[in-house]
Amino acid sequence: MAHAHAGTIHHAEQPSAHTGLETRKLAIWTFIGSECLFFASLISTYLVYKGKSLIGPLPHESSQCMLHGRLQECEGIFEISLVTVGTAVLLFSSFFVVMALNGAQTGNRRRLIGWLTATVLGGLFFVGMQVYEFTHFFHKGLGYTTNLFGSTFYTLTGFHGTHVTIGVIWLATVLVLAIRGKLPPEKALNLELAALYWHFVDVVWIVIFPTVYLMR
Amino acid sequence: MDLMDPRAVHKERTHPTAGLYLRVAVVLFVLTALEVYAFEVSRRGSPAGLAAIVSPLIIPILVVLSAAKFALVAMFYMHLKQDATIFSGLFVLPLIIAIVLVMALIMLFSVVHLMP
Repeated sequence: MAHAHAGTIHHAEQPSAHTGLETRKLAIWTFIGSECLFFASLISTYLVYKGKSLIGPLPHESSQCMLHGRLQECEGIFEISLVTVGTAVLLFSSFFVVMALNGAQTGNRRRLIGWLTATVLGGLFFVGMQVYEFTHFFHKGLGYTTNLFGSTFYTLTGFHGTHVTIGVIWLATVLVLAIRGKLPPEKALNLELAALYWHFVDVVWIVIFPTVYLMR
Repeated sequence: MDLMDPRAVHKERTHPTAGLYLRVAVVLFVLTALEVYAFEVSRRGSPAGLAAIVSPLIIPILVVLSAAKFALVAMFYMHLKQDATIFSGLFVLPLIIAIVLVMALIMLFSVVHLMP
């Protein structure tokens, strides 16, 4: 049973191996560990090819690029203000999901549903921001095969965006369970696993944001 | 400490309070704002005095700020500070390998680039 004492949350009893560990939690941490290596390879590839594009558009600098079938001068492609807002929303969604978990563990259904809804909306905002950004870049002449920057940028941020999308679907599924009253405190681990994945997606963006957008 | 010992596994089983979560969120927001401010100072070159200090150090500044944000999320939101030690091991060990991988590939490709 879960016990709540004035601001202190205790874990619910979960089926465990002889080690005393919650096996599903062990599995998600192992998965997260493997994901570290996956994103490390993508970030390495981006950094190795950074500054080696022969034609624009480029992230920050003006350059010659092929647009509408002719070579012309293109400005730097990044819009830092837009991505900063997306980053802030993703960071706050991590706060929202720990508040939802707090609600799930204490049996506060209103807090659980309210904060979890905010988390899903935050995730949807981030995905929407990324779809807008990709569309905008494409119209400015940056396709997947335009240059090394385009290939490595779309691969890295696209895989991250896919992870965010999967996280939104996972959290929305847990939200539906919570609304139907199928997430009592003793099943709070179901949300904790989704929250761990969501935080991982957040920490990956904490690395990608300065590496891709702020380092010139 | 023996990680297979249930006493070690359950060293501490409490999560932080809502107030601590909020304080961490505010710190994360401030650190992000500092990152973007440092970038803008470096890009615009103004204010000139600050830009002279920030511009040569922009990469170390961004690395330190993002590492601080990463650590805050991992320790407090992912509960590594309170949870079983083995979970920290499962995260930190691949993370170290990942950092070594990134540095090794960057150095390797820098050397290849310099070769005639």
